[in-house]
Amino acid sequence: MAEQESKQIGKVAPFEAVIGLEVHVQLNTRTKMFCGCENRFGAEPNTLVCPVCLGHPGSLPVINKKAIECSVTVGLACGCDIAGSTKFDRKNYYYPDLPKNYQISQYDMPLCKGGGVLIHVGEEERRIRLTRIHLEEDAGKNIHSETEPESWVDLNRTGVPLLEIVSEPDLRTPEEAGAYLRMLRLIMLYLGVSDGNMEEGSLRCDVNVSIRPSGSEQLETRTEIKNLNSFTNVEKALAHEIRRQVKVRSQGEEIVQQTLLFDPERGETRAMRGKEEAHDYRYLPDPDLAPLKLGEEWVEGLRATLPELPIAKYERFQESFGLSAYLAGILHRDPALAAFFEESVQLYNKPQPVANWVVNAVLEETHTRGRPVSEIGLSPQRLAELVRSIDEGKVSNQKARDVFKALLGNEKGVEEVIKSLGLEQISDDSLLKEVVEEVIKAHPGPVDDVRQGKKNSINFLVGQVMKRTRGQANPGMVMKMIEKSVGE
Amino acid sequence: MTPGVLEVCDAIRSGKLSAAESVAEAFRQLKRVEPALQATSQLLEETALARAAEIDRQLGRGEEVGRLAGVPFTAKDNICTREGTTTAGSRILENYRAPYDATVVERLQKEGAICVAKTNMDEFGMGSSTENSGTVGPTKNPWKTTHVPGGSSGGAAALAASTRGMLHLGSDTGGSIRQPAAYCGATGLKPTYGRVSRYGLLAFASSLDQIGVLQASALECACALSVIAGNDPMDSTSADEPTRDYANEVEHGVEGLKIGVPHEYFPEGIDPEVSERAREGIETFRKLGVEIHEVSLPHTPYANPTYVLISAAEASSNLARYDGVHYGYRASAPRGVIDLYSRSRVEGFGPEVKRRIMVGNFVLSAGYYDAFYNKACKVRQLIRQDFDKVFREVDAVICPTSPVTAFPIGERIDDPLKLYAVDALTVPANLASVPGVSFPCGFTRDKLPVGLQIYGRLFEDGKMLRLAHAFQKATSHHLTPPPVRGF
Repeated sequence: MAEQESKQIGKVAPFEAVIGLEVHVQLNTRTKMFCGCENRFGAEPNTLVCPVCLGHPGSLPVINKKAIECSVTVGLACGCDIAGSTKFDRKNYYYPDLPKNYQISQYDMPLCKGGGVLIHVGEEERRIRLTRIHLEEDAGKNIHSETEPESWVDLNRTGVPLLEIVSEPDLRTPEEAGAYLRMLRLIMLYLGVSDGNMEEGSLRCDVNVSIRPSGSEQLETRTEIKNLNSFTNVEKALAHEIRRQVKVRSQGEEIVQQTLLFDPERGETRAMRGKEEAHDYRYLPDPDLAPLKLGEEWVEGLRATLPELPIAKYERFQESFGLSAYLAGILHRDPALAAFFEESVQLYNKPQPVANWVVNAVLEETHTRGRPVSEIGLSPQRLAELVRSIDEGKVSNQKARDVFKALLGNEKGVEEVIKSLGLEQISDDSLLKEVVEEVIKAHPGPVDDVRQGKKNSINFLVGQVMKRTRGQANPGMVMKMIEKSVGE
Repeated sequence: MTPGVLEVCDAIRSGKLSAAESVAEAFRQLKRVEPALQATSQLLEETALARAAEIDRQLGRGEEVGRLAGVPFTAKDNICTREGTTTAGSRILENYRAPYDATVVERLQKEGAICVAKTNMDEFGMGSSTENSGTVGPTKNPWKTTHVPGGSSGGAAALAASTRGMLHLGSDTGGSIRQPAAYCGATGLKPTYGRVSRYGLLAFASSLDQIGVLQASALECACALSVIAGNDPMDSTSADEPTRDYANEVEHGVEGLKIGVPHEYFPEGIDPEVSERAREGIETFRKLGVEIHEVSLPHTPYANPTYVLISAAEASSNLARYDGVHYGYRASAPRGVIDLYSRSRVEGFGPEVKRRIMVGNFVLSAGYYDAFYNKACKVRQLIRQDFDKVFREVDAVICPTSPVTAFPIGERIDDPLKLYAVDALTVPANLASVPGVSFPCGFTRDKLPVGLQIYGRLFEDGKMLRLAHAFQKATSHHLTPPPVRGF
């Protein structure tokens, strides 16, 4: 409940929050942005480097075409205008993780402008406008010793293609910010251009936030929060910062423009050490890279290869499969799971029970194992087979969960597994009839109730039959038999 | 007569000369002139002799050894070589060893050429006299050792004039090949921007820098260009244009070609002797059947300030990487990272480099960008348009290389503007990306060489060299030996 409250804080009168996000997405191209070094997380420090990304004298950058392609794909997916011609600029600043002491980035001619991202928060659908998307190179990583006054630098990350996605200040609550960030990540996953892993830093987020009297159209002094390495931290940091700003304003004081760091352990934001300097990055067009022309045909070619996007899938799952918003919601948030579901449905066209199985049993299994659906040892074929067996009365819905468990990583067919577990459903008339008669005899009270029209009592009787058959009876058949028997 | 590059090539191929002998002869000459000229920063004797022996073995086995087998070459000290150090004449790169060979070096070596020395230069190419060398001190002019050889490729120019049978790689950002070639009586080629890969050239101003050669003749330049020219996937500013056999192309006649003489290139204050020799040179072309036209490049007077702003802006960013953190000179006992940056740069860079970095940072700063850098870029477009227009009427433009001849060491070094002025006639080629070649067209009464310069159309380096070669077949200025020489 407290969580819910803090997420809603942005809309607490008399103030509303105005939030914009700057999201950095590492593209998962095979090689780096401007050299042939491998783009990979987790290697030994300074092993994925060459004269170019080390910024050695005389070395020159060469644009990775695949990175441009990925970026344009993202732009198209977000409905941006794609630049016909663009260029790269140098952003000049000194930092030990930046070997050239300038970052190749894009200044006044970003690859993509405009566009937007649809998010759903509760019942509400909102479109968050994008300002721009541009491509740049990532910097390395400084590592500071905790015991010695020593710092180290790992340049494996230097030169990894990095997409910067800047939103308009359209977000109003921490919850919306979280939803927007999650949707962006999902779009990246759908496009297959990034791992979107916040812990490993392939998705990073800085937020800008200010508050203003509810209903005002003015933009007021904002603060920026950096170092947000999880979705929850983004929401928590925003909630904290909005509360802080409301307090400051309520006391009649002014908000100071500053950069803050979020301390996840204390749940607080605090000002970055040192005085805030106005940076002058002395941008200049990178003379090592010729301006880039993007042919309309090439862009249209990419548009034609765009996969279905999250919102479209969410809607289609409801419309074509009749799934609830809840089920469609869970499925579309995991593209692999959604694909698993669709493949299963293709093999056994009963979307509702298949979706239930995917969202419950399959998803639970991926969570328990912490592995993607492709690694739990179950193919869509076998899930489809299992659901069919239930429908065909070969195994009860209840016992099917045991069959499911036994199927994981198992080579045997579904029927074989059912048999080997001794879980075949009893659909044999004579066998069931015997048990039904026993139960009717043993419970005259509920039988009378049924006769007087108390439907619930039928369920009790069915339950008794199930108990005596250790769950193996086909409940549908049992129900019919009881109705018939009692009616006689 | 001591053989030139082409003769060395032939002699080695026909077995009259071994690579080892060719390299030994190079070192003999280099060592003979070095005490008087101080032209090299480093001799690479051990590796060169080993490489020569290897080539001789390959020759002995009858293996394919490349077009320049056994030909010695020198590389200006801002061109990366795995062998030896690459310092760009700067203390900040003292002892820096490049982890790779520049593309030009790779291409020469692939054809069997052997790197014998790194040549002295103005620090990071910033200078026109080689007095700004932060590593070995000034190089001297082989015609008069009290005088500068020009710069920044002063070491290469001094050697091009005073030795024979070697190739000399230089770089030209605003005249750094052509002006020293003029001052030393050598032939200096700055190819079209993008004709030769810049990969492995320590950047001064990336949009202006171009690697070229300084030789005894246009024919030798053409011969070298045939090997070093061509697209390089490692340099996205290198051109896709097909290359040619330039050594063959220069032999084609020049009759009927049209060259333009821009009056703006004979400015007020030009040394009258330079002007006279240039006019005489132009007459020589007329006698060769070349049509001479008066043309105008009206934005020429703005070229130098435009160059100063653009080159400084790019340099300020290009030289940011020299910070004492990753390689090169590092100040001792730094107190924190800012102090490490600051003192390494203060102690590592010379005064001219610092001046240009300051200018560059200034012109790129918020609030000044439009007034300076952006304005300079616009003027650069006008200068390009001047050339586009003139080249619709003529095949080439001809003019003096420098308004003056070699000047005494120390005369201009304390007055940057006076020193920048000597670049006025060479910077337009870099701003417009067109090729330029400087070659000797005579001497002053003081026996100092005067350089004549031809600008060609974009990627018509061959036609431009053809004109220079025709001139050299008709004259002997380029054959006149300087008093200090190793041959």
